[in-house]
Amino acid sequence: MSLQSRHRADLAARLGGQVPPSAGFTAHARVRALARLQAMGLPHGRDEYWRYTAPDLLNGPAPSLGAQHPQGQLGAALNPLVLTFCDGVFDAAASSDLALAGGQIALLSRAQTDLHFAQDIYGSLEERGQTPVARPFAALNTALAQEGVLLHITGKVVRPILLNYVAKSDNCDVMLHHCIKMDAGAEASILEQGGLGARGNLVIEADLAQGSVLHHIRSQTSDDAALAVTHLFARLHGDSALKSFTLSAHGRLIRNETVIELLGDHASAHVAGASLIAGPDHHDDTVFITHQGRACESRQVFKNVLKSGAVGVFQGKILVRQSAQKTDGYQISQSLLLDGDSQFLAKPELEIYADDVKCSHGSTSGAIDETALFYLQSRGIARAQAQALLVLAFMAEATQEIANPDLAEEMRAQIEMVLQRARL
Amino acid sequence: MLEIKNLHVKLQEEDKVILRGVNLNIGAGEVHAIMGPNGSGKSTLSYVLAGREGYEVTEGSALLQGAELLDMEPEERAAAGLFLAFQYPVEIPGVGNMTFLRTAVNAQRKARGEAEISSGDFLKLVRERAKTLKIDADMLKRPVNMGFSGGEKKRNEILQMAMLEPKMCILDETDSGLDVDAMKLVSEGVNALRDAGRSFLVITHYQRLLDHITPDVVHIMAGGRIIKTGGPELALKVENNGYADLLAEVGA
Ligand SMILES: Nc1ncnc2c1ncn2[C@@H]1O[C@H](COP(=O)(O)OP(=O)(O)OP(=O)(O)O)[C@@H](O)[C@H]1O
Ligand SMILES: [Mg+2]
Repeated sequence: MSLQSRHRADLAARLGGQVPPSAGFTAHARVRALARLQAMGLPHGRDEYWRYTAPDLLNGPAPSLGAQHPQGQLGAALNPLVLTFCDGVFDAAASSDLALAGGQIALLSRAQTDLHFAQDIYGSLEERGQTPVARPFAALNTALAQEGVLLHITGKVVRPILLNYVAKSDNCDVMLHHCIKMDAGAEASILEQGGLGARGNLVIEADLAQGSVLHHIRSQTSDDAALAVTHLFARLHGDSALKSFTLSAHGRLIRNETVIELLGDHASAHVAGASLIAGPDHHDDTVFITHQGRACESRQVFKNVLKSGAVGVFQGKILVRQSAQKTDGYQISQSLLLDGDSQFLAKPELEIYADDVKCSHGSTSGAIDETALFYLQSRGIARAQAQALLVLAFMAEATQEIANPDLAEEMRAQIEMVLQRARL
Repeated sequence: MLEIKNLHVKLQEEDKVILRGVNLNIGAGEVHAIMGPNGSGKSTLSYVLAGREGYEVTEGSALLQGAELLDMEPEERAAAGLFLAFQYPVEIPGVGNMTFLRTAVNAQRKARGEAEISSGDFLKLVRERAKTLKIDADMLKRPVNMGFSGGEKKRNEILQMAMLEPKMCILDETDSGLDVDAMKLVSEGVNALRDAGRSFLVITHYQRLLDHITPDVVHIMAGGRIIKTGGPELALKVENNGYADLLAEVGA
């Protein structure tokens, strides 16, 4: 069988006769997404973009749930507006009222009008993100996702919006698709926590108008066996800013893709990730940032702590178009290997067509500093705690990307908790 | 306080023997000094007592107030009251000096079954002790020993000692890299901690430190052994004549 026909056979099996809903404002986008998907097929281990992360587990049947690691509500002190999704289904009883000062919230499952604010977003940022690299799981999500949050932020929203995921059933395949429209000058914080489902496929499309600011913090640490693919597609207009941070731990296979287009001038995108992975788990951060506007800034900061046969992958690209003079691009991916068995695979890429730019990238892999560990222990600090201090220090450049100091502190506390729990 | 008996140590990875039967007895409240040529095993002795990896004890024991140090993890040795001021203090990027000090103080309190120190009390204590060592607020804020000068690192060691209030303090060449004024500060810091329940083992190459911190006993170490023990006059003799005579005396 040719690669092409194998792709198609895999896809037919994966779709299993599911067809996109044919009514509502997303109908057209779904038909187009399905056509895209059929043209590209599901990812295959031989695809260049999947060279370091075998997609087999993502193509097969959804697994059973693993051990769950529930956590307290993220940002509880900030009184977040909570939207809970249980195995991908909105749980009204475990959610706040959908009323938001400074914006509008709707659910994908209930927003069937044709004049919806999300109409220009749903599937369209994802579609733009399909070139130059295919992202089949995102197209699959656009075609089939039944639920998600549609957010229209018109002003400065103080309350964070917490998307709370709960995984309850074995073998449950969950797709959620969120759209975020940020009006000019608007500001919001989106928090995500929990496990989408036994296997999750999440797409977020965010459109940031002039001068808007979006904070995004994700804690992905709840299930030992979870499989998850997430895509964050963001389009940034002039002077807008995106700050995204993800903490990952415990999942069996997680791939987080971030695709950002800096369209306007003086926009800024920061993407950070902190992952704690113990074998046989596999974690993948894949980032593609396109600089189109002038004098934009982008930062990618990814830190992996790996142990006992874990694999960490970083694929990060900065594409600077000819128009993007005065670009300031920074990328760092680092791994801390707690033993000799683990692997960190990094593929940093720069593609630059403008001549007046500042771009730097670096990638390192290193072991824990035994001398520092002994020094801390000699002062009475137990080895595990000493190691946690060194891990937090290693993670600091990533956790510093969280603007809110309370949330940053919560993430550091979670890192310590994972270290204790996983005895990393 | 500290009782070292016939301690033999080799490197774990190599066949190199470094300590060849060290015997040392330090009573409560006493100050002992160890001098000796480069490479004689002084730092190795202090590392082995503190529990650093990479060494293998082939024979002997080291009791701290009757408890076998060699069976303990490094952090347990610290909790038992041992403190080593390092010859080369370690830089730790990303870990704030304050966080480090507070974590250490609380870890030891916990090990002793005491409650954690409140942030207020801790701050007051650090500021007060840092001031007497002329350690400024900026040094406390920076990551552990990062960007500290040689002398600042040594003063930071003494600050840690002052905060942890150990029973048995080993100072490994704390005087090296100190200017005359810093030497005085550090000595005053040490002297302020001298009391009947606390002992010191001061490793040094120079009489100068011992002018400030008067030892009760002076040991000369060579080739991994204590080859001579005497009073403060022994240090003066070394200062004036070097080690040649002493080595000849014992036929080393
Ligand atoms: N980890 C090690 N690997 C190899 N050699 C070592 C190691 N530790 C100690 N040694 C060797 O053991 C001997 C004793 O070293 P040590 O540092 O204890 O000497 P010292 O008396 O403290 O010397 P100095 O006065 O120069 O500080 C030296 O020859 C040194 O090279
Ligand atoms: Mg030495």
